[in-house]
This record gives sequence, structure tokens and C-alpha cells, in this order.
Amino acid sequence: MKLLTANFLVCAVKSCKGSPAAFPLHLRDVELELQDVDFQPEFIRNIIPRVDWDGLNQMANELNFTNIPQTKPEGETLRNEQVLRDLHRLLLETQVTEGKLICGNCGHEYTIKEGIPNFLLPSHLV
Amino acid sequence: MASGNREEEYEEKNVHDVYQQIASHFSSTRYKPWPIVERFLQSQSPGTVGLDVGCGNGKYLSVNKSVYIVASDRSGNLARIAQQHQPHSTIVADILNLPHPHSFFDFAISIAVVHHLSTPYRRIEAIQEILRTLRPASGENPGGKALIYVWALEQKSSRRGWDKGDAQDVMVPWVLKAPKSSASAEPQPQVFHRYYHLYESGELERDIEKAGGRVLESGYEKDNWWAIAGREDRK
Repeated sequence: MKLLTANFLVCAVKSCKGSPAAFPLHLRDVELELQDVDFQPEFIRNIIPRVDWDGLNQMANELNFTNIPQTKPEGETLRNEQVLRDLHRLLLETQVTEGKLICGNCGHEYTIKEGIPNFLLPSHLV
Repeated sequence: MASGNREEEYEEKNVHDVYQQIASHFSSTRYKPWPIVERFLQSQSPGTVGLDVGCGNGKYLSVNKSVYIVASDRSGNLARIAQQHQPHSTIVADILNLPHPHSFFDFAISIAVVHHLSTPYRRIEAIQEILRTLRPASGENPGGKALIYVWALEQKSSRRGWDKGDAQDVMVPWVLKAPKSSASAEPQPQVFHRYYHLYESGELERDIEKAGGRVLESGYEKDNWWAIAGREDRK
């Protein structure tokens, strides 16, 4: 699971979706891996405006990544190739291969296996 | 929700379990993108974010690499096959409980998925769940759009041969050839049956409206009904 994807995920439980505590999901017991993805500067430049920066920062903190810009890069900063390459690495190449995603609202744990998080709910939560 | 549980169990056995078992053979037969789906995906602007709900083997994830798609499938085996398509991403999720925020996504596709839900209520709920994730229109900005495909009842010239007036709730066989073994006996093919609701003319549009959607465009293509829909509500 890419960190970019985690930015577009909330708890699958219906009553959690509107809750601010359900986003971002919390990462626990993770194994990370770097995976090569073709670098497309234009893609990164276009996708950044769609990223919830606070959510990304919170997740990055939980992973002890310390060099994330505190505020969302925009304008000229997004012309800087090194900035784009760093964001590319963070958002697309950093893969969570194993671990858990935990909802801060209901506490439900979703398992990530072989890079794929599983959001199927047990019947009592449907 | 006793009846909901029963329907879930029914779909578990007659849809989900079957796809888990036929995943790799199914995938090897699904490689050609349908033209209308291809056109829809190619028309999305660079940097937009979308969903592929019920992505199967992910054959639509190779169409446009300048957008970002979070693809989901109920079958872990299919999700694993779909995972290879960069730069996109794959998760396991149920169409009735998508793990995505409200009112966010620029586009969504759900191709040959909604017809696997076994009651009218669940099919409408599935469409509602997709529409929930789309950006509503606001001011000058058009909202997010979803492209939905379902199998048509009217397909007289297909090898199945169904047509208007036939039963709409059917079990469709999938024949899985057994691998050739050294044993002398001819290997027996395994037959799986999947549940389908065959949509009749106008039914998809009606379901979308009942789900709170607005049909923007719709039509028939090669044994399927399709529609592009947005949300009726505005921000």
C-alpha cells in the first residue's frame, strides 16, 4: 500500500466515515519497502493539490519520517525537481507491505498483507 | 438485518467464492478494455483521483497513467493480480462498505459489478455508495462522474441468447478446464455458477435515480447497459 493511497482511505464502518477521528487511519506494526515506480514530475505536481497534507504529516510522523515539508508545497516549489523526486519517493515508492491500519474512532484493525489492505468487515460491523 | 445476512451469505457462495476460485483463469480471459470505458478514463484530467470499484484483474488500470486510481475488489486473489499496474493501487473492499471519504473523488468506474448483488435494494445501495464518494458539483465546477456497466437482458445475438421477457435473475456457468495430468483419464472440467441480475432496458437509469444520482449519458454496448452519472445534490 502506497502512502498516497492511505491518504484516500477512511474506516469502512458507515458510522465512522463522517468522524474526524477516522482519518487518517493509524499505522501499526508496519514493514516498509521501497518499490521503483516511474518518476513522472507532472503527475506529482498535479496530484499534490489533492493530498490532505495534515493527514500525510500525521502518518509520516507515525512512521518516524522527519523530513516532510510542514506545509503543502505549491507554486514555484513544485518546479523544483528534487522536491518532486522526494515527494515521488514518499507518496508512490514507499510501500507498506505488512502491518495494520487502525481506526481512531471505533478502534477496528484492518490487516495489510503483501501490500494489500483488507477492508472487509466482520458481519457485526456491517 | 437477518435478511441482509442471508443475502450476504448467498452472494458469498454464489459470487465471491466463485471469483476467488476462478481468479487466475478469469483474469487470463479479461484483457481487452471496452471502448467506452477507455474513452471515459482517457477523458479524465491529469492529477485527478478516482476509484475502480470491483476492479477484477485491473484491466482498466493501464488505460491512463496520468490519473491516480484506488482500485478495489472483494476477491483478494483478483486484487493481487490487479496490483501490478503502476502508478495505481489496489485494496480489498466491499462495494457496500467502501473505505473512502465522502464527496472527494473526481471519477469512478464500476464495470460488470452491480449486477452481482442479489436484490434491488442492494443494487441501489451499491450505486449509492459509489455516488457518496464522488465530489458534488459546486458553483461552476461540475461534480465527479461515475461510469457503471451491467449485463443486459437484451442480448439475443450473444452466445447466451437471452432476450426481453426472459428471467432476469440467473446463474451463469464458468467452466474451468482441469489441468492436464499424466493420468490416462480425460480431466474433468470444473463448473462454477455465478449469480447475475440481468438488467432490462431503462432499469440501470432508474436504479441510479433511486440512488440519488443524475444520469448524464447512457447507452448499450455489446450485451451491456452503461450509464455515466453524477450526484443530484450540489455542494
